[in-house]
Amino acid sequence: MYSEKVMDHFDHPRNAGVIQNADAVGTVGNAKCGDIMRIYLKIEDEKIKDVSFKTFGCGAAVATSSMATELVKGKSIEEALTITNKAVLDALDGLPPNKIHCSLLAEEAINAAIYNYATLNHKHYKGLREPVEDIYEDEHPHDALEI
Amino acid sequence: MQRIYVDNAATTRVSKPILKLAGDVMESMFYNPSSIYREAHEAKAKIEESRMILADILGAKSEEIFFTSGGTESDNWAIKGLAIQHEGGHIITSMVEHHAVLHVCQELEKKGYSVTYLPVDEMGMIDLQDLEKAIREDTFLITIMFANNEIGTIQPIEEIGRLARKNNIVFHTDAVQAFGKIRIDVNKLSIDMLSLSAHKIHGLKGSGALFIRKGIRIQPLLHGGGQEKKKRSGTENIVGIVTMGETAKLSYQDLEEKNNTIMMMRDYLIDEVLKTIPYARLNGDATRRLAGNVNFSFEFIEGESLLMLLEKEGILASSGSACTSGSLDPSHVLLAIGLPHEKAHGSLRISLDYEENTLEQMDHLIRVLPGIVEKLRDLSPLYEDFINGGA
Repeated sequence: MYSEKVMDHFDHPRNAGVIQNADAVGTVGNAKCGDIMRIYLKIEDEKIKDVSFKTFGCGAAVATSSMATELVKGKSIEEALTITNKAVLDALDGLPPNKIHCSLLAEEAINAAIYNYATLNHKHYKGLREPVEDIYEDEHPHDALEI
Repeated sequence: MQRIYVDNAATTRVSKPILKLAGDVMESMFYNPSSIYREAHEAKAKIEESRMILADILGAKSEEIFFTSGGTESDNWAIKGLAIQHEGGHIITSMVEHHAVLHVCQELEKKGYSVTYLPVDEMGMIDLQDLEKAIREDTFLITIMFANNEIGTIQPIEEIGRLARKNNIVFHTDAVQAFGKIRIDVNKLSIDMLSLSAHKIHGLKGSGALFIRKGIRIQPLLHGGGQEKKKRSGTENIVGIVTMGETAKLSYQDLEEKNNTIMMMRDYLIDEVLKTIPYARLNGDATRRLAGNVNFSFEFIEGESLLMLLEKEGILASSGSACTSGSLDPSHVLLAIGLPHEKAHGSLRISLDYEENTLEQMDHLIRVLPGIVEKLRDLSPLYEDFINGGA
């Protein structure tokens, strides 16, 4: 049911763990829904010098976290903010329909970490949104699957 | 790598003798049992033989056994078939039923029936006093499962049956997980209707049966050629029916001995896992559970990831996490026994079988499980918070 890329990122997650003295942390999702993603950022000269994640969730949640960190690493903050869940999905060669929300969660986690950085440093970035606690209410495709 | 199948509550491998029998029956008994020539009569006779076997096992009469396409149809038929005659009436069931019962009840609610879903205690048991209190003037059906498919809890069927009988209410039980694993006497237990399935006991998918006590009238769901005494139309699934009788007979041979062996494996696995993995718990009752059922929750991790890593080690199991149920919520059974969502997401069901599993396989599981749980905890922000909060 998962692509080879998803399985690869699940088996060998990139950038897993904690960054000591991180410049920013963002956490999204909740245990009730079964997915929590946390992103750590190390930022230098407005660039994401290092990034890591911790994820509680299914295989797709782990793989999207891993891929999202790959995609933003080395990017400028504003570039990182343009990375959508679609980019994460494409990079993973897609996800099963009921797992699309995992990619949304990854996008949200990156946004939340950058928001944390912006708040701590009183900065403003184009495309930065206030983090949402729970992306599930509207985004989850579960109902569509029940047809 | 060797594949270790520990998901026997989901379905079971078709056993060698059943495979052989199925081939023989398909080859020699393709005839329509309703036809008039000798070959058809022989097919019919085989069906009746199978009916007799199931009746004997349950302590029922053969005319009380009706063949269906499986547990889901049996549950649907028992409940809907009776409900049609009690429009707007009241049903009592439990919160931990299989969806083949729960969703039928929810459908009936939409059509104006009322349903009481009895809560269960932390072991998954209903409370008989709750049941007695729930009984109303218009209660026409009590439907409570024999044994739970997720946590293996065995309900007090005899007491439920007695209460139902005393109050003149029909008692149906979904015995899909119990049949072939627990001795069942429908008279001693005052069961009026009982659903069973063949593929959970090494038979074929698509075959099951419903016991309907003589004198209890339910409406057919399937109309047509009038098979099964006009109660369940459709050309008989001869291969499914004949193999179901045989596999049921084989299941009950040396049952106690087989159960003892399975329980030994089960308890060994439970003891070792709880000993070696911190923040783990056993869901369900330690003793009043199916011989082959094990259900753990591991805190701070999620079930699907756990299953994926187990599969890499050749272990095929299941979980009550949302991701594996295809819905947003984790198992309704685990929530009903009071587990918070995060613990329900981190559940692992291992269901053992006498023919399928060995003690060596349990050793393999015990060897690999701690490392897998640890790997996922290392990745888990919940665990990180727990460790930091605890420090």
